[in-house]
Amino acid sequence: MKNLISERVADFIKNFPPFNVLDSKSLYLLAEQVLIVYKEKNSIIFAVDENQHSHFYLVHKGAVSLHTPSSNNIMDYCDEGDVFGLRPLFANENYKLEARAHEECILYGIPIDVFRPIAKQNEEVSVFLMESFASNTRNPYSKNQKGQLYGLDGDENSQKEIKIQDLQLVRYSRKLISCSPRTTIQKAAELMTEKHIGSILAVSKGLAVGIITDKDLRSKVISGKQPITASVKSIMTSPVITYPKKLTITQAQMAMMKSNISHLVITEDGTPNSKALGILSKHDVMVSLGDNPAVLVKAIKRTHKIKKIKQLRKSVMMLLNGYLEQNIPLGLVAKIISELNDTCIKQVVEISLLKMKNPPPVKFAWLALGSQGRSEQLLHTDQDNALVFEDVSEENLPKTTSYFLDLSKKVTKGLNTIGYEYCPADMMASNPKWCLSLQEWKNKLSYWISNPGPNEVLMSSIFFDYSLAYGERTLLDNMSAHIFNTVEKYPIFLVHLANGALQSPSPTGFFRQFLVEQDGQHKDFFDLKSRALRPLIDAARVLILSHSIKGISNTWERYEKLAELEPNNKELYLACSYATKALLKFRTKHGLLHHDSGRFIELEQLTKQEKMKLKRTFKAIKEIQELITLRFKVANILR
Amino acid sequence: MRLFKSKPTNLPVFWKSYENLFKEPTSKDFDELVFVVLDTETTGFSFEEDRILSIGAVKIKRETISVQEVFDIYLEQEKFNKESVPVHGLLKHGQRACISEILALERFLNYVGNSIIVAHHARFDMGMLNSALLRNSLPELKNTVLDTGILYRKTLIKSYLVQPKTNYTLDELAEKFSISKKDRHTALGDAYITAVAFLKIITRLKEKKIFSLKMLTR
Repeated sequence: MKNLISERVADFIKNFPPFNVLDSKSLYLLAEQVLIVYKEKNSIIFAVDENQHSHFYLVHKGAVSLHTPSSNNIMDYCDEGDVFGLRPLFANENYKLEARAHEECILYGIPIDVFRPIAKQNEEVSVFLMESFASNTRNPYSKNQKGQLYGLDGDENSQKEIKIQDLQLVRYSRKLISCSPRTTIQKAAELMTEKHIGSILAVSKGLAVGIITDKDLRSKVISGKQPITASVKSIMTSPVITYPKKLTITQAQMAMMKSNISHLVITEDGTPNSKALGILSKHDVMVSLGDNPAVLVKAIKRTHKIKKIKQLRKSVMMLLNGYLEQNIPLGLVAKIISELNDTCIKQVVEISLLKMKNPPPVKFAWLALGSQGRSEQLLHTDQDNALVFEDVSEENLPKTTSYFLDLSKKVTKGLNTIGYEYCPADMMASNPKWCLSLQEWKNKLSYWISNPGPNEVLMSSIFFDYSLAYGERTLLDNMSAHIFNTVEKYPIFLVHLANGALQSPSPTGFFRQFLVEQDGQHKDFFDLKSRALRPLIDAARVLILSHSIKGISNTWERYEKLAELEPNNKELYLACSYATKALLKFRTKHGLLHHDSGRFIELEQLTKQEKMKLKRTFKAIKEIQELITLRFKVANILR
Repeated sequence: MRLFKSKPTNLPVFWKSYENLFKEPTSKDFDELVFVVLDTETTGFSFEEDRILSIGAVKIKRETISVQEVFDIYLEQEKFNKESVPVHGLLKHGQRACISEILALERFLNYVGNSIIVAHHARFDMGMLNSALLRNSLPELKNTVLDTGILYRKTLIKSYLVQPKTNYTLDELAEKFSISKKDRHTALGDAYITAVAFLKIITRLKEKKIFSLKMLTR
């Protein structure tokens, strides 16, 4: 029976091979028999050695991953429009790969008994499916053939191993070509051409004093600003950024990202006051790496489609996995991954702005809140964000608000597409309560701070950990200043905040055993987020606020700052800083392993050593909570 | 006046077989439950005055909808409300094959059986269906009913500063869950959107504490 649903199905499948070559009669016949299957994230569609299903599958929404039997290695991803589970069509045997919902999915089950006669009549269809089945490329029409064979037992090396050689030292060009700052531009350019190099160092008395690159020649000379007879000194970038020769690739990248430059000078002792040994260019770094953050940042920035960003984020996760496997310090990992996440968010905002009919009426800032705001977000979690725009006259306010709400809706939708779940409490800029003018925000913040109840404390705790994701920094600074001024006027607020920091449930019981969840889906799991991480995050926030320190939102950096400010508590603060990093790493590893947020830990899966490690962090939690109780006299006032 | 209403004895066979299905206990295992997600298009909002124009429904078993097993019927109309045509485009005696109200009810009961009914703002659809049953001297539906409007609210975190709205439209749900709004305002199209939203809501609720049918109906 033809119906609306079968029409809807037919409408979708006709766009994808092999269905795109079917005539509409066969298409509708097929569509009427389709099963629409919903699979929640991480659920198994078929397992290795499972009996054949009477259907093969087409991904309608979401993504499916195919795994090898022997390990957890992912053989392939199937995105919207890809077919999989073709084995029953060709061979009378059980499945050899496991198919799992990589994201929440809607699949179309195509009935094999209906499909087979149609395929037989149509050679193109059978050829396509045969090829899809034989090679792991789901779409043989696409250019990037993967050439991996299905079901070849023990063919482990066909698996793409992603290696991150990150603690590897950089290889820089030792053949240093240099000139004097007094050389003419023309002479320098001739030298560069002769030696086939893109940059040249200006050296004076053996020390590097400046650098000129192809770009300088283009922007400062050819554009007519300087004649070619002028000296190198007039166009060189000075001073140069120098580093010692024991520089890892990651450090080099960070340095380049930080100063937005493409060349670093390697000197004997790393300062500009010693002899220059060589030049390290962005290109050198790129060559040393296959898959690296800088390349990803560039790729993300070049994207004009939100769906492409989603693909790139898969590489980000691979990168993260590699970093953790190689035990790279978490502080560094978090910086890189946050930088990448920030770039993704920025790009989503950029793309959304392009989709708007008009440019923004006034300046605005997109704020990342919560874990992204603290640069502690390694895995995809919920999106928490807000928008602030410049004050406008009262009559223009409704119009302006509605413009930014429209924009926010586009951005939050885009963020959802690239993998950030919507915030279940609706704390997003698309909510009219979180998309306000500067003055409206100030009023709201003042209200929270001057009337602190449990909810206000929760709200403001999200708000004190924010960072600028996009837009105008002055708006953000203005909000920060307002917060600090108001807090000073209402010192009692800090006590409430301190009390809030003590509300998290305790990680261990009386006999030092782990306290696990009593019920629900996570029964008998340990809630790492609320029992271990949150107390540390909350404590750091209230302490740093009490010192009126602005501009540090990252938890371990806050503790490091506190250690500096209060030398007598230095040991405890450093322990807390270490504990935060250790716990976050723990969470991230588990999240990657189970493809979830890593919040709930199955204790039975932990080794004795891991349990010990966890427990050691709890000591710091207990001590910091005691310190807060005493310092803010929480007990006297609130209990 | 008698304490117990005597059961009407002249109920048709199809009602009796529908009724008999409820004598068997339903499965305790949530995954074994069968859900019928439905939507009705009507001439208006009055249970007494207005009539059902069409009923669309899909059946979910083990998170799977079979396209073959969808329910899609159009009813003959004596009453006709011109104003509602622009919304769902159903004309009196349109091209669709229409059947009488009693036949539609018979087919519907036969389709729905003892499964759990799911609808968006279910009170309205149930009211319309029960009024139709009453007109035909039949008792009310006996199925357990779930409302996606209410279930969706359960997925949201409650906090008094950001209060969830009291009412979410099907359009809002479709947007939140990125479900294509194609065929919106046809009974079957809306039933399908509701079904997908229902599946996604259930996944989110499963993550919360104590998940059971009992908790959903609360």
